Amino acid sequence: MATATTAGAGALERAQAAMAQVRDPEIPALTIAELGILREVAERDGGIVVTLTPTYSGCPATAAIEIEAQTALARAGLPDAQVRTVLSPAWTTDWITEEGRRKLTEAGIAPPQKAAGKAALLGLDPEIACPHCGHAETEKLSEFGATACKALYRCLGCREPFEYFKCI
Amino acid sequence: MADTDLADRLKAERIALALRLGDTSLILAQRLSAWCGHAPELELDLALSNVALDLLGEARMLLTYAGELEGKGRDEDRLAYFRNTPEFRNVLLVEQPNEDFAVTIVRQFLFDAWHLELATALTGSADPRLAEIAAKTVKEARYHRKFSTDWMIRLGDGTAESHDRVQAALDDLWIYTGELFVSDATDAALAAAGIAPDPASLETPWQGFMDAALAEATLAKPQGAYMQAGGRDGHHSEHLDYILAEMQVLARAHPDARW
Repeated sequence: MATATTAGAGALERAQAAMAQVRDPEIPALTIAELGILREVAERDGGIVVTLTPTYSGCPATAAIEIEAQTALARAGLPDAQVRTVLSPAWTTDWITEEGRRKLTEAGIAPPQKAAGKAALLGLDPEIACPHCGHAETEKLSEFGATACKALYRCLGCREPFEYFKCI
Repeated sequence: MADTDLADRLKAERIALALRLGDTSLILAQRLSAWCGHAPELELDLALSNVALDLLGEARMLLTYAGELEGKGRDEDRLAYFRNTPEFRNVLLVEQPNEDFAVTIVRQFLFDAWHLELATALTGSADPRLAEIAAKTVKEARYHRKFSTDWMIRLGDGTAESHDRVQAALDDLWIYTGELFVSDATDAALAAAGIAPDPASLETPWQGFMDAALAEATLAKPQGAYMQAGGRDGHHSEHLDYILAEMQVLARAHPDARW
């Protein structure tokens, strides 16, 4: 019988591999690592500790992501791994990886601008290119989209609506 | 007692603060949620629900913290569903009824301008837990204030009817803004310890924001001096009873129910 604290040899690698597969339930094109909400996979006192951070305070996917992370770890033979959520430092869209930004565009979601929040701080609307046709002229339909993290835009070139992952 | 650990220092005051702020965001979230499926257009439905969700998330973190500080085993749900009206500490502004869209937007605008100033100040709190909750809130509150301010301008500087309705709502709700800046002994102790800003210190920037936004919206700032307060001490209007009745009925009918 395995003891509660142990994760054993190669545990960290297995945990890392398992966590690399966990996707965001609302934006399944991206893994939670690419989204920047997987903050750390570490081995502490013989156990595995996975640290997550929420995107928005009320994001309903947070609990689902914790459960998926726990399930993935259990499947990798690490049922005792601890999954914890931290608030600080607060998540920023700057933590979305380059690969994540590419996948967002592929999924028809315009990636956030870098240096999060600077434009929002100044009260300016960012200029967002259409993820479908690349046309530069687009218009904002609503600051709030189908999930807490996205706004709704429309392309003035191809006329298609699209979502924009807004900066925080 | 400079060497007293923060964990014990001003515990009662910090519980009071977490409840005041947590209840305020919780009740407004509940009010805004009632628009879900009823807003004037789909985008507004999404916006009001999104703002409600952000506020609910903030309330959950604050109530969880209040329960932990209290140390009597009450979690966020216990605090939200099993306290009665006089035990709620939200400001009166947020329990005011939704009425029409103009009233909802004015209530939100008055709240958002205060909420953003408060959260910004709290990011520097000596209490690290409050500071990290505020760091998340501040990013979201910035979007909320932009949304409600844009609508104040659109409605105020819109048609004669939209202007009149939003002005009437502003005149009606103004008496609840004074409570946002009231300071009592709890606030004074927290401010002295660097845990929270003195509410009175938020008034000048808030008034400055009001002046600029209302001018752009072609609305007149109400001049009435009388202000209604008491929510933060548990003295509520009858509206809160109805909100709680709806919000708490399921949890009270099935106390051990789990999703």
